[in-house]
Amino acid sequence: MSVTPAIQTKAAASGSKRKKSFIELLFEGRAFFALIAIVVVFSLMSPNYFTVNNFLIMASHVAIFGLLAIGMLLVILNGGIDLSVGSTLGLAGVVAGFLMQGVTLPQFGVILYPSVWVVVVLTCLLGGIVGAVNGVLIAYLRVPAFVATLGVLYVARGIALLMTNGLTYNNLGGRPELGNTGFDWLGFNRLAGVPIGVLVLLVFAVACHILLARTAFGRWLYSSGGNERAAELSGVPVKRVKITVYVLSGICAAVAGLVLSSQLTSAGPTAGTTYELTAIAAVVIGGAALTGGRGTVIGTMLGAFVIGFLSDGLVIIGVSAYWQTVFTGAVIVTAVLLNSIKYGRR
Amino acid sequence: MSTLAETGGKGEVVLAARNVAKSYGNVHALKGVNFDIHRGQVTTLFGENGAGKSTLMKILSGVVQPTSGEIILDGEPIVFASSSQARDRGISIIHQELSLAPNMNVRDNIFMGREIMTATGVDFAEEERQTRLLMEELEEDIDPLTPVEDLRLGQQQIVEIARALSVNSRILIMDEPTSALSASEVEVLFKVIRDLMNRGVSIVYISHHLEEALQITNHAVVLRDGAMTAYAERKDIDLEWIVRHMVGDNFDLGSPPVGYDKGDVALSIEGLTVPDPGGAGYSVVDGMSLSVRAGEIVCIYGLMGAGRTELLETVAGRLTASAGKVVLKGRDVTGQSIAACIRDGLVLVPEDRQRDGLVQTMTVGRNLSLASLGAFTRGLFTSTSRETGLVGEAIRKVHIKTDGGDAAIGSLSGGNQQKVVIGKMLATNPDVILLDEPSRGIDIGAKAEVFKLLAERAKLGLAVIYTTSEVGECLSIAHRIIVMRRGRISAEFGPDATKEQIMAASGEAVHAH
Repeated sequence: MSVTPAIQTKAAASGSKRKKSFIELLFEGRAFFALIAIVVVFSLMSPNYFTVNNFLIMASHVAIFGLLAIGMLLVILNGGIDLSVGSTLGLAGVVAGFLMQGVTLPQFGVILYPSVWVVVVLTCLLGGIVGAVNGVLIAYLRVPAFVATLGVLYVARGIALLMTNGLTYNNLGGRPELGNTGFDWLGFNRLAGVPIGVLVLLVFAVACHILLARTAFGRWLYSSGGNERAAELSGVPVKRVKITVYVLSGICAAVAGLVLSSQLTSAGPTAGTTYELTAIAAVVIGGAALTGGRGTVIGTMLGAFVIGFLSDGLVIIGVSAYWQTVFTGAVIVTAVLLNSIKYGRR
Repeated sequence: MSTLAETGGKGEVVLAARNVAKSYGNVHALKGVNFDIHRGQVTTLFGENGAGKSTLMKILSGVVQPTSGEIILDGEPIVFASSSQARDRGISIIHQELSLAPNMNVRDNIFMGREIMTATGVDFAEEERQTRLLMEELEEDIDPLTPVEDLRLGQQQIVEIARALSVNSRILIMDEPTSALSASEVEVLFKVIRDLMNRGVSIVYISHHLEEALQITNHAVVLRDGAMTAYAERKDIDLEWIVRHMVGDNFDLGSPPVGYDKGDVALSIEGLTVPDPGGAGYSVVDGMSLSVRAGEIVCIYGLMGAGRTELLETVAGRLTASAGKVVLKGRDVTGQSIAACIRDGLVLVPEDRQRDGLVQTMTVGRNLSLASLGAFTRGLFTSTSRETGLVGEAIRKVHIKTDGGDAAIGSLSGGNQQKVVIGKMLATNPDVILLDEPSRGIDIGAKAEVFKLLAERAKLGLAVIYTTSEVGECLSIAHRIIVMRRGRISAEFGPDATKEQIMAASGEAVHAH
């Protein structure tokens, strides 16, 4: 019920002066306050929740969704949607696993064991290619984003299943004599106590924030998402922007796939199923508009942490997995409701 | 020419507006209009864009409710809560944009929303029979089962009329029914209108084709700035009378800037031909040639559909020409992308600022800087201080009334929003600026400011081309007035032309018969 007065306050305040009331501030930072509320509630309910170690574990869970959500944010800012990221994540893991097993070249009678950094680069390249397929379908062949990425979702998942015959690569460790060890570094190691996966997320988030806030590309993205025709008439290369966001989303998905398979030390073809929906949810909870042009990296990160901390918290206090789904759904709908109140006013 | 005043004789008033006024916030679209519709006769409304014609028609047909005043039907005051109530009382409106579902057939369109039901569902056979009867009455050979999208525009108009007749309309309001019709289709429409009059149906007619309207009308009503300025019967008036009352005494929109030398040719268009973007097979711009010198201001006047917008959008790189060249400062730029055109100094201010001009999700400042991002990007990153400087300068130079660059674009008035779009393009330091209807939807004071601004920039060597559909705006700052009609230049005037000359050349006065 506190929402209605908040809006009236805002309307009155913005008319006279740009001074934010407390309720308005609460409304603006709703994802942030939701996160705080989640932390406080679960800390009261379980002594195991509010510990450094638990936060680090939860953060490394969030890293996977967070990476997907960053890519998804770029796509959603453009007014599109990328349903293929979960499958791309799975495919990336499988391809990485495949490369770690060694690539046999029968013509030459050799087995190549690429070193880990080569595997990482090739996997990211793969993610970029999947994204480029999405982008070209959408920007040049005018397939609606929803349909194009839905198709790629199935194709990428199918390829992952074909490559492994439905099985899982379990041996990702490599062997010292082949010089391809170190794949588990991404998922297990820590720098100054922080899991590498979380640091990767941090680097991507900062880079994406700079991209959006301080480069011409960021401005192109916000403008073409807000009004593509106006952006085009202002000289923005809207098609190039569109393809680029899908490529970046594919790369984010591939990196998430690497982090996940490294955390699990196995690469299964069904990894990441329905993760695209979690990523969309994080972006939406973070205040982005699905119609494009509105949204920030900070909001999206908060959204990812809200979802991650909520579901892990429910696990810790022993709520059934089915209830977790219900809670997550309720949070998403509430977030969209608040967004539509905010954007629907003008 | 056959005037039809003599077919009247039954001309009592069926519907009347008394002191009808309509305000949208502070905008007074109608200021107390009195207006009669006579049985079995045609009443035509004349007026420029924004004079209030459409608002009046919407009130008469129940689409909107008047702020004050009353509507009198058959001598009794009446309030329509909705357009369906008005339809039940026999008043139908045919909008300028047809309201047919193109994917459905003629029969289903005519009975849309009031299907004839039997116990087992829709009685398609009965609907089809009635549709055939209507088409016979209208002497139009259209099969009831043809999808509407397969019909020519003129035939679609007939279907709209058939729909109105099928509900036994006594009063039929037609908003620009001929704007998309060919000359032969107009003949058919007029024949239908005459038949309807003989059956006692009253017609309210709105058209920009003045002489065409004079052929069919019995009464003329002229609106200007939301008020009725003149009324007369057909036999008492001529074209000159209408134009005089439509245009009135204009607010001073400035005069062509003088006292400086115009430079070399900045933009030259040679034999430019543009096919219809909808793929209809004809050319919307048909071998146009025009050259504009630095510092010169050229106005392009023409009716809707004359090809002005397509011409400008092709020059600016948005549409592709099928023939001809665009030469900017001696260099061929035909087919260049919009971005390349902006870089080379050729910019377009689009007609529809909401749809094509502004990004509503961004602030005033970010809209202003959007076309000149390169000017404040060093290496990879944008420079906030340089951008703030550029935005501040744009706001000052174009006189935008705003709280500052961080204000939301929606907080600005229409005139100031238009200045943002113009300011955005001027910030790229262009040599040639094309403006498509820069005065559309802004008030008279803002119009004058926009024209003053353009005149100032022309003195500094900017070549300006703007289009307008209001003849008063031709005779303001333009050094040359080009009249476009059906994709071609039909006349060229200096600033000393008269409104009547310009309107005549546009085809507004003389219909091609």
